[in-house]
Amino acid sequence: MTNICLLMTSVGLMVASGLIALLVSRWPRVASAMGCVGTVIGCGLGLVPSVRVLLGQPAEVLRLAWSMPLGDCVFVLDALASLFLVAIYSLCGLAAIYGAEYLQSYRQRRSLGPPWFFFNLLVGSMVVVVTAQNAVLFLIAWEIMSLASFFLVTFEHEDEGAWRAGWTYLVAAHLGTAFLLAMFILLGRASGSMDFASFGSMSQPVAHASLILVLAVVGFGTKAGFMPLHVWLPEAHPAAPSHVSAVMSGVMIKTGIYGLLRTLTFLGPPPAWWGLLLIGIGLVSGVLGVLFALAQHDLKRLLAYHSVENIGIIALGLGTGLLGLSLQSTPMAVLGFGGGLLHVLNHACFKGLLFLGAGAVLHGTGSRELDRMGGLLKRLPWTGWTFLVGAVAICGLPPLNGFVSELLIYLGALKGVRWATGSHLPLVVGVVVGLALIGGLASACFTKAFGAVFLGEPRSAQAAGSHECGGLMRLAMLVLAAGCAAIGLLGPFVIVAMAPAITVVAGMPSESIRATMAGPREILSAVVAASIVLLVLTGGLMVFRRWLLAGRDVSSTVTWDCGYARPTARMQYTASSFAQPLTWFFRVFLQTHTKLAPPVDFFPASASLVTHTDDVCREKFYRPMFRSVGWLLSRLRWLQHGRVQIYVLYIALTLLALLLWKLE
Amino acid sequence: MQVWTDVILITVVLTNLALTGLSSLGTCIRVMALQGVLLGLITIGVQREQLSLHVLVLVAGTVAIKGFVFPRLLKRAIREAAIRQEVEPFVGFASSLLIGSLALPFAIWLTGRLPHLDAGVSPLLVPTAFHAILIGLLLIVSRRKAVTQVLGYLALENGIFVFGVGLARQATFLVEMGILLDVFVAVFVMGIAIFHISREFDHIDTDQLSQLKE
Amino acid sequence: MRFIGLCQPVLALMLAPLLRGVINKVKALFAGRCGPSVFQPYRDLAKLLGKGAVYSGTTTLVFRLAPLVGLSAVVVALALLPIGSVQAMLAFPGDIILFAYVLGLMRFFTVLGALDTGSSFEGMGASREVQFSALVEPVLMLSMATLARHSGSISFSGIYSSITFGVWMQAGPTLAMVSAALLVVCLAENSRIPVDDPNTHLELTMIHEVMVLDYSGPDLAFILYAAALKLWVFGALLVGLCMPLRTGWAMMDIAAFLVGMLLLAIVIGVIESMMARLRLLRVPQMLVGAGAIAIIALVLVLR
Repeated sequence: MTNICLLMTSVGLMVASGLIALLVSRWPRVASAMGCVGTVIGCGLGLVPSVRVLLGQPAEVLRLAWSMPLGDCVFVLDALASLFLVAIYSLCGLAAIYGAEYLQSYRQRRSLGPPWFFFNLLVGSMVVVVTAQNAVLFLIAWEIMSLASFFLVTFEHEDEGAWRAGWTYLVAAHLGTAFLLAMFILLGRASGSMDFASFGSMSQPVAHASLILVLAVVGFGTKAGFMPLHVWLPEAHPAAPSHVSAVMSGVMIKTGIYGLLRTLTFLGPPPAWWGLLLIGIGLVSGVLGVLFALAQHDLKRLLAYHSVENIGIIALGLGTGLLGLSLQSTPMAVLGFGGGLLHVLNHACFKGLLFLGAGAVLHGTGSRELDRMGGLLKRLPWTGWTFLVGAVAICGLPPLNGFVSELLIYLGALKGVRWATGSHLPLVVGVVVGLALIGGLASACFTKAFGAVFLGEPRSAQAAGSHECGGLMRLAMLVLAAGCAAIGLLGPFVIVAMAPAITVVAGMPSESIRATMAGPREILSAVVAASIVLLVLTGGLMVFRRWLLAGRDVSSTVTWDCGYARPTARMQYTASSFAQPLTWFFRVFLQTHTKLAPPVDFFPASASLVTHTDDVCREKFYRPMFRSVGWLLSRLRWLQHGRVQIYVLYIALTLLALLLWKLE
Repeated sequence: MQVWTDVILITVVLTNLALTGLSSLGTCIRVMALQGVLLGLITIGVQREQLSLHVLVLVAGTVAIKGFVFPRLLKRAIREAAIRQEVEPFVGFASSLLIGSLALPFAIWLTGRLPHLDAGVSPLLVPTAFHAILIGLLLIVSRRKAVTQVLGYLALENGIFVFGVGLARQATFLVEMGILLDVFVAVFVMGIAIFHISREFDHIDTDQLSQLKE
Repeated sequence: MRFIGLCQPVLALMLAPLLRGVINKVKALFAGRCGPSVFQPYRDLAKLLGKGAVYSGTTTLVFRLAPLVGLSAVVVALALLPIGSVQAMLAFPGDIILFAYVLGLMRFFTVLGALDTGSSFEGMGASREVQFSALVEPVLMLSMATLARHSGSISFSGIYSSITFGVWMQAGPTLAMVSAALLVVCLAENSRIPVDDPNTHLELTMIHEVMVLDYSGPDLAFILYAAALKLWVFGALLVGLCMPLRTGWAMMDIAAFLVGMLLLAIVIGVIESMMARLRLLRVPQMLVGAGAIAIIALVLVLR
């Protein structure tokens, strides 16, 4: 019992410290310290049991003596939950440390109590979401999570953009919840109880299970950000304060993945098309996510689209795993699920790092506009180098962690390419080719982002006068960067920790999973060996060059620009120009608007070029849909008269109708 | 022997792809000519057991018309109408190429769905035929110029030809000759029409023919 | 760890610049010139290693790191490649992926190094490089997936040791199509004609050469050497496929491989002498074309 009690203590501590922070809002320093310290201690407390369970301690159940409507208040700490808890606790603790410094710049304008209250509430509710074992409890925590993050997104509420983002998010979150409600009602009706344990133990026809899966994919997919349900994501993530963006993108959207996986454990053996559905969703989200990211000019928006891409990669892994289950190929299932789950952890690590880095850039320059940055590596060395680590990791390049999880998914899919037959093949091949395309495009996108922000010369006065962040923010980023490197170099050990979680999801005995993992472990050991050779060679070459250059003439000069004597910072290639060939090549999907006023005559007075890439799903699908729904509902306006008597009449008529219907 | 039939069939598929991806009209016509010659070779490959004089004459006729006469006619049409040498697609070359290559798995799937289409010669024969037909349709739909549309019709006809060669070995030659004649006339008429259209309107852009509707 | 597997890296480290020399010689002969000696690349490297260095004041440590990471990445890639049936030094299922991603790391840093100078020309080259490589990557994976399906192995050593004359007789069309796709990959990845002209001296039109404009001295030597090794790496992919001599005797296999590499260098020289480079807008089209051919090959294998 100790493990899960520690967990509950951590939740209580975080919520309580949040409440205290709210109460002492008048003293911003105290409120900030309260909120931060509470979260950090809570996360430390919670991390211990999660890691213990992940390393093999048995799952624990806590049944509170509270009776809730429709069931008991039950929590379970099993391997699947603890995997997500490790991500949640680590990232949220670091984000809180970062936030303690980051939020200080708002102190003059804003009370710091509420953001800390909602932040702690968000962390606590996420913990409850992944441990709840009752549908009602789950949905309550889910709702609290959505609301807390809504208030964090609208933190800068005098900014109209933040409001719009907040509303988009709120509407999307509730539409998603509606699907979840329908799903849980269906499950509850079939099993006669709202407890997850009873969902898992019943057997149901495949058609019913498939309906549930589709509802889960829509409902949880809205939170996770599957294309085309992702529209809230690129709006809400940039609007929130950066440490909140890191938490939302790093772990909150993963609760959608968690929900989907938990639902899968209720549904029994999957038919093949579930796997194919997830692979299809993964391909669309992955490729289109990274393409839209390429077309962005706003650093945080770019990162938000990359979350869509990475969710796509996770979906590819899970889809491969499901397909492996239905084809009864244990290696394919283990590699697919293992890769997908590990990518959940990895993405929390590097995306958290990148959002924190983006926050430090925003903090230092006051801008998120890529085309106004430049040369920040010299001014913000800590931020710059940690951001570089995150960028290499998110592109899935060795020797960092992104490569490990992508390699596992590749291996699963290649196993499929070797053995699968018939109609599964196109999508299995699609996983391999899609991952390759995503990898290439992600490299393009992050060389663009890193190059435009940190390299070259500053393109604006803000960038030139920027300053590095303080110790707390640096600490958070450094720890995450170290995490990226550690998972990358300890891959063979990390995947073993995935085994219990895979057991929960795939419903296979853990011995066979461990046996299957021997192969991937050897592969990862070889990869680690290669990575070490790579690092040692690079170090050796550095020493060699220093030896060569010792005593020789090493001078510094201006960049060569075709003999142009005085290059200026404005002559540099901008982020937009850098991405233009690719955005033009994929213009069918992106539909970028371009407004060009070309220079005229021999002495042009002015010229301008404005490009803007709207979210195609939002513009072409949701906006017309909501407009027509609004139009339809406005037809009902004749019911509204504003007279109390008529409203009472409506109520009476409704009651009468219900009575007649019941008495029939 | 089947390997060589397969090689020819795959080459036909590749020429189809080339038609979707090449931007120069002259090269497209040359590729079309190559495809004509390949069709003759396929016929010999399929009919090799009962290679009669009758078959040989038909093959010679096919190769002569598809490999030499049509290309000559089209080239002349281009020259006389002074058409620009670029294809000008509605759908970009890269997308056409992707669609073109994905048409092959679709064709194979289609073959699997249709009953009793086993040609007995090579399992690739019917898919190749479908592929040529699909590419022909793609070219007709997605290209702007009248000449490229003629190329599309030719690809379509070649697909039907391959289909016929594989399915019924003797009887179709009559039908085939009929179709060949039709296409011959069509190309001839097209050539004259293109010439006249371009003389009247100074271009042969079918897109702009839609202005005639008023 | 197999010591015979050391052959590939050792041979490559010794002979890779020679490949460049041979290509240049062939081009010179085609143009009716005598041309520099085939050993000229070695002399260039030696001379560059003996020089001092000039760095732009704009650059940071990233710029200085790029050549080192590039060279070590390509050396790691070499360790994954077998020669004929001689296994690679590091062979494991899925080494295909490590290979592609290690070279991706090399490209990532080369591009960052180019962007670090703040030069508009280098930015332009970097932009083209990422565009073309994003399209090349799927083609490489498609080709490898085809070979993996065909041979039932997902490691280079497994794939290449299964390719024999018999296999060529039986699945010739497929292998020929994969070879064609890999040839395009090789030319594009190494910035050769028709994608990029290694001899041009106009900054506006270059891709790889323009990205390394600001390097000098030992750094430039590292970059030239890494480029030569990269050509060797992709050449080895192609030659392993097209030179299906698997005798089982390591010496014979290695000799056949070296002859194949020489032939490849001559072929590249001939291609470069006979073709002009494509317009930049046409390059993606050619890469997609290679992808289409790889798809056809894969479909034929899967059928």
